[in-house]
This record gives sequence, C-alpha cells and structure tokens, in this order.
Amino acid sequence: MSFELFYEVLVGLLVLTAAAWSVAARDSYSATVGFVSYGLLMTIVWMQLHAVDVALTEAAIGSGLTGLVLLGAAARLRATEARVVTRPPAALRVVAALACAGVAVALAVTVLSLPRPTPSLAGATVAALPATGLGNAVNGVLMAFRAFDTLLEKVVLVLSLVGVWSLAPDLGWTGRPRLRHPFADDGVLGFLARTLPPLGLLFGVHLMWNGAVEPGGAFQGATVLAAMWLLVLMAGLGEVPQVRARWLRVAAVAGPATFLAVGLFGIAIAGAFLAYPEPHAKALILLVEVPMMLTIALVLALLVAGPPEPVEHP
Amino acid sequence: MSPTTLFGLCGAALVGIGLYGLLTDPRLLRKIIAFNLVGSGVFLLFGVVARRGAAAGLAGDPVPQALVITGIVVAFSATALAVALLLRLHDAGGGATLDAPVDDGGAGGPRS
Repeated sequence: MSFELFYEVLVGLLVLTAAAWSVAARDSYSATVGFVSYGLLMTIVWMQLHAVDVALTEAAIGSGLTGLVLLGAAARLRATEARVVTRPPAALRVVAALACAGVAVALAVTVLSLPRPTPSLAGATVAALPATGLGNAVNGVLMAFRAFDTLLEKVVLVLSLVGVWSLAPDLGWTGRPRLRHPFADDGVLGFLARTLPPLGLLFGVHLMWNGAVEPGGAFQGATVLAAMWLLVLMAGLGEVPQVRARWLRVAAVAGPATFLAVGLFGIAIAGAFLAYPEPHAKALILLVEVPMMLTIALVLALLVAGPPEPVEHP
Repeated sequence: MSPTTLFGLCGAALVGIGLYGLLTDPRLLRKIIAFNLVGSGVFLLFGVVARRGAAAGLAGDPVPQALVITGIVVAFSATALAVALLLRLHDAGGGATLDAPVDDGGAGGPRS
C-alpha cells in the first residue's frame, strides 16, 4: 500500500467516524463539535480530489460558518435538552438502518459502475475560457458559463435572510441581532478581533481578485470578510446594524441587482441574458464580482447573527 | 483502489449515515446536522465525478465543481434558516424535539 493510499484511507475513515459521531453522540453540543471537525476533514478530501476551490468553500462556509450557526444553536438549546431522548422503538430503528444501508449500497454500486471514460466538460470549458478573460476554469463556469446558477444562488441568500428576519418577534424590529459572545471580555477574543481584521480584509480581497486566475473567488473572499466582521461583533467591539437601516437593505440586494442589470444589459449588447460582450467580459465580471462580494459578506454575517431581538430595558 | 473510488464509497456511506440520523433522531438540531451530512455526501459524489472527468490539462471537470460550490452556499443559507426556525420554535415554547410532549397538557407540542 503506497503512502498516498494509506493517507487517503485514513482520511476517509476519519471522515466517516466524525460523521457517525455527529449522528450518534448523546449530547447535541458534542455532535455539533463533531460536525465542525467533519467539515475540516472534508476539506482534506477535497484537496485530495484536486478541487482547491471547493476545499476553500468547504472550509470557510461548510465547516466555518455552518459550524458557527450550529454551535450557537446547540449552546442555546443545551440547558433545556432532555437528558433522556425517546427514540423510535428498536425494531423501527433496525428497519430504518436497513433502508439507509440499502440507499448507501445502491449509491456505492453506482460509484463502482460509473462509465469510463467519464463524460467531461473540461475540454469545452478550457476551449471557451479565453473569451471570458479569466484563467480559473471554476470561476469561469461560475461567473460566465453557468452565471444563471450563481445569480439565483445570490437570490437564495437574500431570500433566506428575509426568512430569518421574518422570524423576529414583533418587538424585535426596533432591535438588533445579538451576537456578543459571553466571554467577550476574556481578552483573547478582543485581542484577535483587534489584530486579525486588517490581515483578513487584505486576504479576502486578495482571494477575490486572484480568483480570476487561481483558486479563490468572490464567495471565498466574501466569507473571509464575513468572518472578520463576525469576529469584531462577537468580541463586542461593534454592534450589528439595525435591520431597518436603509443602507443595510440596499447593500443586501446590491450584488444580485448589479448581476441582474449586467445580465439584462447582455440582451442588448451580446444578444442573450447574462451574456458578456467578448472584449469587455473580464471588466463586466469584475463589475459584478465587487458588489457581489460585499453583498455576500454582509448577508452571510447577518445570517449567522440571526433575527433581531427586542431591546432589553433593564 | 483509486482515490475516486475510495471517496465515492465514502460519499455513499455518508448519505446512509446522514439519512439514518435524519430518520431516527427526534431532536430537530440533530436532524439539521444529519441533513447536512446527506447533502455533503451528495457533494462528495459530485466531486468524485468531477475528478474522474479530468481532461484538457485540468485536474477535474470544473462544471460539477462549480455546482458543488453553489450547492455549499445554498446549503448554508438553508441551514441558517432552519436553525432560525428551530430557535424561534424553542423560544415560543414549542420545544426543540419531535418527542412526545412530556405531560404539558398537549399545549404547543409540535407533534400534534
């Protein structure tokens, strides 16, 4: 067994162990911690599959931000979590286990019988990529060839923010989401929140700008920006803006709105929705990416912050 | 065994593990986590297909890779919305589990 294969089997086993732990752990908080480590291990799997862009996204969003949301919820529910959980009867669980194993086996058989050679759009992407002025094929797919997906995904982000805000209690609309960490005065968090953001800001913008030619892109850059803002908010060094602030609402739709405007502009100039006229493709993509990155960063952070809560009157 | 087969089987197992948690655990937070595992397993299967489609000097087919990136972001927004719903249900006294309500006079039990 070569070292590489040994390493991959080990990572695969660790991934499955972490997944099993996050399902089987008795306490939901431990299960959530298991899920976060699962996400980080998945990042290694994505690296082994040579999908660096996906690895960056998994680390930042799949593990990082999702973990933050889940940990926050687990911490809030911890006090009231029942000591004893009534699970379905054993017979029913065996049936469920068999059914799930059946699904897994069916998928495994599919994996083993995938056609070879694999149909691939890599050749077509590489052939068409020069027209976009980008060097990173994944980013070319996201921003040009499948731009409609990316546009709709931005809309989904905004819609879920609307959904989260709609869950605010009636008195919450004058308040703000509360995000301050209980150990905000501990020193370490405050220290990190004061020293990391300048570097994070630079790194986030670098990821976006460099994403044109190397792994990275607007999403990954935006997540780093969101993380920096969340760090400041959690350390209590800043406040989450009020959700009724007009600038906030404008900023939350600026990205998709610009994207949509450029897309409509494409009908007039290049003959199709979301088409870029060839000599200006790179400039237009950047025009879309910059507001998009700000919107994504803002919306991601606000999704983590949750619905606004009523102002407390002590 | 090639890495794509190995991680493909891993993705299949992840879907199975997640599905089991989704079906059998009555706690809503655990269902959300399990659902994320199912999604992650599907993404991994996509990733395997992408890696197998390596051609034209690329280490993987960029189209499924881009779809997975979009998928991860959408999965995050769905998770954030689900968690917000769960916390609101909890704050409104509806509990955070689909367990049979423990003698609360049947008020607000989400199971009804």
